[in-house]
Amino acid sequence: MGWFPSPFDNLLCMLLGISFTVWFTLLLVFIIVPAIFGVSFGIRRLCMKTLIKIFEWATLRIERGAKEKKHLLYKPYTNGIIAKEPTSLEEEIKEIRRSGSSRDLGAASQEFELSDIFYFCRRGMESIMDDEVTKRFSAEELESWNLLTRSNYNFQYISLRLTVLWGLGVLIRYGFLLPLRVTLAFTGVGLLVVLTTLVGCLPNGRMKSFLSEKIHLMCYRICVRALTAIITYHDSENKPKNGGICVANHTSPIDVIILASDGCYAMVGQIHGGLMGVIQRAMVKACPHIWFERSEVKDRHLVAKRLSDHAEDKTKLPILIFPEGELLKSGVHSSAIAPLARASGLCMWAAGIGLWEASFSPAFLFLGLSSGTCINNTSVMMFKKGSFEIGATVYPVAIKYDPRFAEAFWNSSKFGMVNYLLRMMSSWAVVCSVWYLPPMHKEEGEDAVQFANRVKAAIARQGGLVDLLWDGGLKRDKVKDTFKEEQQKLYSKMLVGAQEDRSRS
Amino acid sequence: MGSSNSTLSKIPNLGRLIEETGFTPAHIKRLYKRFQALDKGNKGYLSPQDFGSVKELATNPIGDRIIGAFFSQGQETVDFHSFVRILAHFRPLDKNRAKRPDSPEPINSRISKLRFAFQLYDQDNDGKISRDELLQVLRTMLEMQVTEEQLESIADRTIQEADLDGDNAISFDEFRKSLEKVNIEHKMSSRFLH
Repeated sequence: MGWFPSPFDNLLCMLLGISFTVWFTLLLVFIIVPAIFGVSFGIRRLCMKTLIKIFEWATLRIERGAKEKKHLLYKPYTNGIIAKEPTSLEEEIKEIRRSGSSRDLGAASQEFELSDIFYFCRRGMESIMDDEVTKRFSAEELESWNLLTRSNYNFQYISLRLTVLWGLGVLIRYGFLLPLRVTLAFTGVGLLVVLTTLVGCLPNGRMKSFLSEKIHLMCYRICVRALTAIITYHDSENKPKNGGICVANHTSPIDVIILASDGCYAMVGQIHGGLMGVIQRAMVKACPHIWFERSEVKDRHLVAKRLSDHAEDKTKLPILIFPEGELLKSGVHSSAIAPLARASGLCMWAAGIGLWEASFSPAFLFLGLSSGTCINNTSVMMFKKGSFEIGATVYPVAIKYDPRFAEAFWNSSKFGMVNYLLRMMSSWAVVCSVWYLPPMHKEEGEDAVQFANRVKAAIARQGGLVDLLWDGGLKRDKVKDTFKEEQQKLYSKMLVGAQEDRSRS
Repeated sequence: MGSSNSTLSKIPNLGRLIEETGFTPAHIKRLYKRFQALDKGNKGYLSPQDFGSVKELATNPIGDRIIGAFFSQGQETVDFHSFVRILAHFRPLDKNRAKRPDSPEPINSRISKLRFAFQLYDQDNDGKISRDELLQVLRTMLEMQVTEEQLESIADRTIQEADLDGDNAISFDEFRKSLEKVNIEHKMSSRFLH
């Protein structure tokens, strides 16, 4: 007795066939074709508005439910645990002494007191309990709930309607959005590799650069849709032009895709093996990116020279740089490429590009800097000065993510790259704003550090981000001893002045 | 799905901790999250390197001594209980706390705060701040900003003023007396939010 297909099987096959066809047609019409031409139907924005209304309802419902059941609502951590007083060292120590001594304190008798230590002690303890910088590195907590339990600690069973809504959300996100996005990601990367290789066969010339620009833009747009990123570009008239350096703050590995889908940039990074290397080599055939061999990476002067040569050549595309960064161990980088190679194309692309002992973000710098730490969206860490020594025109760009839709912050010590990308793809959307700031030049008499700070301040101001005079690398490294000196200087000024008065009298 | 109470249930002997330190459950929960954030590698305890990630502590001249205060008697790790107990020194005084005659001194009383500060000076725990120990503290607070002679003259003057029994060292009682009028309750307390 042979196996013969039952009518049910036939029906099943037919249904599968139809659904696949429908699926791909929809994909093509609504996503890929608009990506090619750079237009948008506006569907995503409509969804975004609907989602916001639902989120607000959900949050109100949770708060009401918590009040009814008298549960402790875990308030947002942004207030911290202690209220820090913004008084200076001098004021505080004067106050301590004033309260302790009945003598009439003039300027001459500010001498060391045993109670001076209280000030430093308390400040030290307060910083252990609540520290500005470490706070930057945990994800912001939301005021409203976006139906993702990963971003809300208050979710308990409150009402049937809320749970149903949440369940529906999970179904949509994992059942519909995630497969769609993964497909798109693969398509995008695949197209990138194939098309750039094809274009690379053409002779160098205007046709080639024109085509390569179009191809790059198209593939990045597909990738952007793979994340359902809704990006608003402001001030496009300041978009980086050829022969300059584009500098941006760095929150997540997808920053590069967001910027690159709106303009053509030359990427800087290290050549990798495997699939990542294939992508890189394909890209460089069509368009002059700057890829370094691993051995070249150690030679700072070579790196600097190549970059400045590229920047000076006015016909070449602007270099894209994220100057914040920190050093990670090189072992971390190489061992993770293999599992990453198995993950989606998007992962590999975003993961591969880095300089030095690279982390998994396409954030890189040269002249002694390193690849990026991801920093919580609310602050802009100190830019390292190397990018600013080259002397080219700098085009600052500010990127800010809307935390209501997805948590774009990548806590690299907690989650790996694949994990992060999956979370991104299974969130509702990635909503962000990009501001192109007017170009800046290094002025006469300004050194690289001051220039870097100026650029950083401009970016922070634009994005409404808090300007932290701090170095992203400090998250893991020990602080340089020079910082201690500042406190010591302040304190000694109080005392030594007194000493000198005494010795004179 | 996490609930806010599951964090508290992870902490052993919570009731005793609340009783001893006087922190509210909400405070303890926040401190626990802070403990976890500092504890890189999720070991369940803190080692001196974990404190190194607190940048403001590194710029504090006596930062190393403060870290040392957590690791008493040559220990290399501090668990959550000890962590909270040390931080409890900086709770403001409870004005309404009824004093029971046989209960131990509250961690945040004036005497306890003074003792904590005294131990920052007295690193070898012999109950006295010797001239050398005072010099050491002055050195860390002032480092290269003053000369050695200036440091020594400051140390000598301080001991002269505080030393009552003439042994050229400051005992805890002498320390306490010299700081009689200082508003310690305010200066060694942090304002905890609710």
